[in-house]
Amino acid sequence: MNLVEFKNVSRSYQIGEVSVAALQDVTLDIPQGAFTALVGPSGSGKTTALNLIGCLDKPSQGEVMVAGQAVSGMNRKQGADFRGEKLGFVFQDFNLLPVLTVFENIEYPLLMIRDMPKHLRHPLVEKVLAAVSMENQADKYPAQLSGGQKQRTAIARALVGNPLLVLADEPTANLDGATAKTVVELMKQMRDEFGTTFVFSTHDPRIMDQAELTFHILDGRLMDGPTGAKEVAHV
Amino acid sequence: MFKILRLAIKNLLRYKRRTMLTGLLIVVGVVAVIVFSGLSGSFKQAIVGQITDSVLSHLQIHRKGYMASIDNLPLDRMMPSKAFEKLEGLLAGVEGIEAYSPRIKFGAMLSNYTQTTNVRLNGIDPEKERLTVPMLASRIKDAAHDDVLLKPGEVLLPEILAKGMDLKTGDTVVLVANNKDGSVNGMTFMVAGIVESLMGPSGRDGYLHIDDSVALLRMEAAEVSEIAIRVRDFGSLKAAAEKLNGLTAPLTNKQGGPMFELHTWEQLTPFYNIVRMIDIMTLGIRVILIAVVLISVLNVMMMSVYERVREIGTLAAMGTRPGRIMALFVAEGICLGLGGALAGSAIGAGILWIMNLTGVDVTFGGNNQVFTLAPSISPTEVALTCLIVLGVSVLASLQPAAKAAGLEPVEALRHV
Repeated sequence: MNLVEFKNVSRSYQIGEVSVAALQDVTLDIPQGAFTALVGPSGSGKTTALNLIGCLDKPSQGEVMVAGQAVSGMNRKQGADFRGEKLGFVFQDFNLLPVLTVFENIEYPLLMIRDMPKHLRHPLVEKVLAAVSMENQADKYPAQLSGGQKQRTAIARALVGNPLLVLADEPTANLDGATAKTVVELMKQMRDEFGTTFVFSTHDPRIMDQAELTFHILDGRLMDGPTGAKEVAHV
Repeated sequence: MFKILRLAIKNLLRYKRRTMLTGLLIVVGVVAVIVFSGLSGSFKQAIVGQITDSVLSHLQIHRKGYMASIDNLPLDRMMPSKAFEKLEGLLAGVEGIEAYSPRIKFGAMLSNYTQTTNVRLNGIDPEKERLTVPMLASRIKDAAHDDVLLKPGEVLLPEILAKGMDLKTGDTVVLVANNKDGSVNGMTFMVAGIVESLMGPSGRDGYLHIDDSVALLRMEAAEVSEIAIRVRDFGSLKAAAEKLNGLTAPLTNKQGGPMFELHTWEQLTPFYNIVRMIDIMTLGIRVILIAVVLISVLNVMMMSVYERVREIGTLAAMGTRPGRIMALFVAEGICLGLGGALAGSAIGAGILWIMNLTGVDVTFGGNNQVFTLAPSISPTEVALTCLIVLGVSVLASLQPAAKAAGLEPVEALRHV
């Protein structure tokens, strides 16, 4: 079963009088549970693809289906609700809230988005904290953490609501090689533990081979078919 | 709600110095409003108290047309004794009237046997006058009696004339007056005290017994210039005035017009303009406070949104609804305003309390009379000030909060 489906998706931006095509006629499928990489150089369209999957953006042409729902038909509120319920995000710069502790950052989606009562959310936070081995850092603020610890916290925050899909935009770009490898291994481990589908973008050759399914994007176009276990994409 | 406020406080504390400075501005504004309101309120109360409780009383009833020529103290526009009796009957039935005092006002010549000058005189019933204007007794210097203002055959002279004519308590003077028919009469009186003057025409008023006035003016029956009325509760003055107006309206003169006219103290003294000026100044201070809060909170919130664009994008990407993002920023404005308002109120109330302990002396009136003010502010007024600050804080936060809520997550995440 496919969790993400792109059908002839194009996305272009108007910059002044010039129309820039960020994605052109992309068709791809990502099956549920896949550990997927979108690979390509900077400016190739990886982030645009992730934004479309994450209901943060809408296609100029074509259709994006996520968990059986068409992204383009959603208004802002529906998009927010969909993201809050079904998706998790991991960012290149971690994007943790600096005024909240590790525990509070992870707790945020349950508290502020799902309005979950304390007796239900605290066990969930503690579970993911343990899963990313951050339980001893729970009371620290982001400024007191290393890059790897910040990204572990961000992964825990993305996973705490038990989403169907976690989208990670260049999650290792600000990390050293060893930490980057650990973080990708952690994401894979989380996929195995929670059954969550992971889609991440990268141009780091050291972690590309960790993906089970890889889509190569260049100048907004999908290159060849996907490499990996199953051929599910075509231009 | 609590979780939003908690996060808002954390965000405010992120920029401690900026929050402190903005909060301080609000605190200073609130303190200024509370201290000024407390001082001006007590000053106003002192002035109004002096004027109403020692001269004017709260309300006055005259025969229709008397007020138009009150400066001439016309004897031909007095209330006939029958009309006065009617009014007395009405006053007895009005709830909320504490006391009333009939007065015969007229001009006379005052002589100390070597000098002569003119004087404005009030013929009063000493007991009724004492009950109607209770502070009059405190304005009498060297009073001949402790228990009554004056007795028949005695006169209270205004300080300004007594000084000029070198008169003191116990001296004998002659008062000469014309009655309304033009005939002249003179009588001898003993000075029973000197009345300290207030500003305005009442500063030259002397007092004598109403029976002596009737005799001096050779009236067959007492004709009254005015009835001064004191209400029990100053706050319900308007209601009492309306009720009295309703009762006197059916009483008509021979021409079919109203027989009486009723005035509250505001219509009888130019000091009311000072009171209004104080009110306008208080309003001005409030407007300044509103401007300070509006500009401060708006500035902080706009800066806050500008500096946290990526963070707002992150919140939106995670699934935070636009309405909740807006609530987060409005809550920051509320916390800032509320904190400033509460701290300002506490400091302002503290300053007023200290002023009450030490006392604030203010010189007022033609005689440089010193009043010790007791500045205070009602809880309602403090609550109103806090509500204004809170309301303006919400208003100032709305635009930046709406901007934050309206940010496109994908663009906000790209913001550097």
